[in-house]
Amino acid sequence: MLGLAIEIPYWGQSLLRVLGGIVAVLLPAGTIVYLFLFKMMSFMQSRLGPMEAGPYGSMQLFAEVGKWLQKEDIAPEAADVRIFKMAPIIVLVSTFLLVAVVPFGPDAYFTNFEVGVFYALAVGSVSVIGILIAGWASANKYSLLGGLRAAGQLIAYELPMVLAVVGVVIQAGTMNLQGIVVAQNTGEIFGFAGIGFPFVITQFVGFIIFMIAVQAELTQAPFDMPIAESELVSGYMTEYSGFRFLMFFIGEFATAGVFAFIASVLFLGGWGIPFAWFGWEGLADVPNWMNVAGPLIMFAKMLLLTFIIMWVRFSYPRFREDQLQTFAWKILIPVSLLNIAVTAIIKVAV
Amino acid sequence: MSLFLRDYLTVVWFGLAAVLLAGLLLGVSAAIRPSRPSYDKQIAYESGVDPVGMGWSQSQIRYYVFALLFVIFDVEAVFIFPWAANIERYGVFGLVVMLAFIVLLLDGLVYAWKRGLLRWV
Repeated sequence: MLGLAIEIPYWGQSLLRVLGGIVAVLLPAGTIVYLFLFKMMSFMQSRLGPMEAGPYGSMQLFAEVGKWLQKEDIAPEAADVRIFKMAPIIVLVSTFLLVAVVPFGPDAYFTNFEVGVFYALAVGSVSVIGILIAGWASANKYSLLGGLRAAGQLIAYELPMVLAVVGVVIQAGTMNLQGIVVAQNTGEIFGFAGIGFPFVITQFVGFIIFMIAVQAELTQAPFDMPIAESELVSGYMTEYSGFRFLMFFIGEFATAGVFAFIASVLFLGGWGIPFAWFGWEGLADVPNWMNVAGPLIMFAKMLLLTFIIMWVRFSYPRFREDQLQTFAWKILIPVSLLNIAVTAIIKVAV
Repeated sequence: MSLFLRDYLTVVWFGLAAVLLAGLLLGVSAAIRPSRPSYDKQIAYESGVDPVGMGWSQSQIRYYVFALLFVIFDVEAVFIFPWAANIERYGVFGLVVMLAFIVLLLDGLVYAWKRGLLRWV
């Protein structure tokens, strides 16, 4: 947005960024819910899914939002009402803060932190606070158990996620997300630059660990112990109704989209196409049309990754709570540390 | 204002935008939704039976050891990242030192594991 020919004042830039951010949060969330949660899930279960609202049920999302807008907003009498009402907003805010770090093109970024990886990983865990206080403030045993389980799960899977990214940082030599994109698209594999050098090739272990951790952070099945409907009704969301419930719901799927954006930046080459195709040397040579093509490329990669997340969600049964913790601490963390060691040794030796 | 701080200001705008969006939608919702509170609606939901005791019941928090381990490893990660970004500058010396650091911290995990602290039940 800085590379435009017209000079835009600061408030205009900020407004454009915020509007872009709202699109970058809501568009993936809507797409994921309609395409995967409504339609793909139905087809996998041999049914049609929503068909009434619009052609193939394509207006179903608007019907749902309209429905939730009209629902009564009920807070339990015993609840800590002010905190109870604040919790979904915190979850939504954390999603917005997370999307602020994702680059969508050579100039189409919201923020360009030198330590973007740090920022993403730090802000990514803010939603835990919202979930924990939602569980606590509801004054309901199901909610409390769900909130505690969610907190236990999120801290257990935060670590593998953080450690899996170290391998990428070692290879890219920078923590700037824009720099990581450039490093992947200017790279070459044994002198062949035709596909760049997406880090998923060498960091495949890290990629798998990252995606498993994302699955757990989003509390999607098989890691949906905190909202296990057969034992906890709906976990920390049990007492929520109306639009506040929908905000948790939007937050969940918007965060899925944003984490998929981050995963595609870290492992799949982000917004870029291999720079060798057009003979670009570095970021400065990338022409302006990539600011339009970049978001589309990112969106396609986001759809691919969220498809995998949803596919796993619909396919696997739920982990037991102790299996879930054991898996994180005894398998994922040692493996990700080993991954760091191997990557570092190869990087220094070669 | 410097560009560095402007990036952080953008983050503030994003947070405010989220709050505004939520407030706007909740405001629309408040304008069109019914509000007929009753005692029955406001008791805690326990699968249809009357709630037993307080909602804030005591339960065993099993994961405080996990929380401690988490803090240790998270701090470790903070130290690993700056090295990872500059790995070629530090070379073999940095590699050996950092691997020793990781092994030392892994030692803590192995200790907790052998003590049986990583069991949830």
